[in-house]
Amino acid sequence: MTDVTDVTDPVTTGAVRGVPPRTARVSDAWRQRLEVTLFLAPALVLFALFVVVPVVQAGRYSTYQWNGLGPMDDFVGLDNYARALRDEIFVDAVVHNLVIVVLSVLIQLPLGLAIALLLNREMRGRGVMRVIVFAPYVLAEVVAGVVWLSLLQPGGLVDAVLDTMGLGGLTKLWLGDPQIALYTVMVVLTWKYLGLAILLFLAGLQGVPTDYYEAAQLDGASWWQVQRWITIPLLGPTIRVWAFLSMIGSLQLFDMVWILTKGGPANATTTMATYLINQGTDRSLYGYASAVAVLLFGISLVLALVYQLLILRRDSPGAAAPRKAGR
Amino acid sequence: MSAPTVTPPATRAPAPAPPPPRPRRSRGRAGVLVYVVAVLVAVGTLGPVLFAVLGGFRSNAQLASDPAGLPDPWVGSNYVNVLTSGSFWQLALNSTVVALVTTAIVTVFGVMAAYPLARYRFVGREALTLLFTLGLLFPLTVAIIPLFLMLRDLNLTNTFWGVALPQAAFALPVTIVILRPFLMALPKELEEAATLDGATRVGFFLRIVLPLSVPGLVTVGVLAFVASWNSYLLPLLILSDPAQQTLPLGVATFSSEHAQDTAGVLAFTTLAMIPALVFFLAVQKRIVNGLQGAVKG
Repeated sequence: MTDVTDVTDPVTTGAVRGVPPRTARVSDAWRQRLEVTLFLAPALVLFALFVVVPVVQAGRYSTYQWNGLGPMDDFVGLDNYARALRDEIFVDAVVHNLVIVVLSVLIQLPLGLAIALLLNREMRGRGVMRVIVFAPYVLAEVVAGVVWLSLLQPGGLVDAVLDTMGLGGLTKLWLGDPQIALYTVMVVLTWKYLGLAILLFLAGLQGVPTDYYEAAQLDGASWWQVQRWITIPLLGPTIRVWAFLSMIGSLQLFDMVWILTKGGPANATTTMATYLINQGTDRSLYGYASAVAVLLFGISLVLALVYQLLILRRDSPGAAAPRKAGR
Repeated sequence: MSAPTVTPPATRAPAPAPPPPRPRRSRGRAGVLVYVVAVLVAVGTLGPVLFAVLGGFRSNAQLASDPAGLPDPWVGSNYVNVLTSGSFWQLALNSTVVALVTTAIVTVFGVMAAYPLARYRFVGREALTLLFTLGLLFPLTVAIIPLFLMLRDLNLTNTFWGVALPQAAFALPVTIVILRPFLMALPKELEEAATLDGATRVGFFLRIVLPLSVPGLVTVGVLAFVASWNSYLLPLLILSDPAQQTLPLGVATFSSEHAQDTAGVLAFTTLAMIPALVFFLAVQKRIVNGLQGAVKG
């Protein structure tokens, strides 16, 4: 940000307020450079100090075996990475994250879309519904997790509800059974995050011009046909962005798992992030934990890029144009 | 379903007017099914929250004998205990301070950075924009270990700054990504008019851009505030001193230390929920608009 080419063509005559010029007339290009620097400096310094430096450090630490106290001199190259990839618990954690990524989209997309389409119709209390649906998203994962912890405890509300429905035989150790703990976590995550999907879809629906509906209805299209051939295709960009946000969130999942299971039972719900914290701050294996952090980032980055290339690419101009009704 | 209307909408505004004058019928009217689904969704969503609120008014014996029951009799002592213990207020105060500091930093620094990135032309502008945008890809989780060690070396553990500064830094990307298009959209004529009236670019920023971007600033501010209020991972590592801890940490600690006292945990958790829910209700339109903007971004 050194060379400044001025295009705004400000006819500047007065002095810059607050910044007294050293000479009577500072050339405008220089002044602009100064302004750019001063405006950007605080954000850049903050960002460099607390984002860029730690991220780079994570890469450096990952090549050492280090407990964070003594000098960092035990260079081990890529050993930490090899160790992580050989560790069954870490590999399982990656699988858990991927399961959560896929299930989140598979569950929340149809459910969220259906509810959004229903709520988008003329009805009483639509505003109230919007607020209700979004409320869980606003709660801290910790708070939601603690509430669900007591709902799910043996003999808790979930069991009681199943009992009264005559499904008492289905009650399980929801968070204690390694076979199902991950799916229990999934249910809680759905409760917490479905509202975001609904709200985003509703926001996207507001952007669908009503003219289209009218035109389709004039052509005799049914409600479902209108949704299938006009609304959902037009909602495409919103859905794709939501799925992206959901994916990134799922890959970094920590709070909810930490509260509900701490990664247990028997590592059945470990995610990359809980594994990372477990190895890092709990066992002081800072070098190894940094390697895990870099792997977490690498996996997220690769998936993000693949998604960008395969799916978000469709959102080039024209791609979102409504398809013709009919096949 | 309702019959399709054949009459064209009575009015068609020439310019895209804000939502209200929308021909309503075209979206289809809600049948009974819609209300049934709506009620089911509302119950499923609010059920756990109501369970916590009501559970706080029950005794542990009541909760154990019938988890789904209503308070009988209503027990106020759980809530009273939490509210008179002092630690709850300390936690709420800490959360508020950390969230306010985080929000202030990220909003001020964010709009300052977004302004030149949006309205100046200089070499490196696109590169810097890309740098901040790429920041979206670096979650706090990736940097948490070095961050923890760095804050320890800087003696920032158990301080509000140790949480607020990194949180603000990690909130910068989304703030700039939202604000930049917002500032770019301000019409060029405004700037030209201001220049003709003798305003400098800085003057234009302070007197015209800032007032006009209040909606955008509120949006990013709300997002930052809620994120900070709810954050857990960073405070978990940085704030080990109970006197400095924030509400999510307090809730987690209380719930594991009083695992047998379900009613007490529910009361504590309910009280911890209230600020977030009230704040959300107060600014829900902003959050919705902000997310809408983010998606269309």
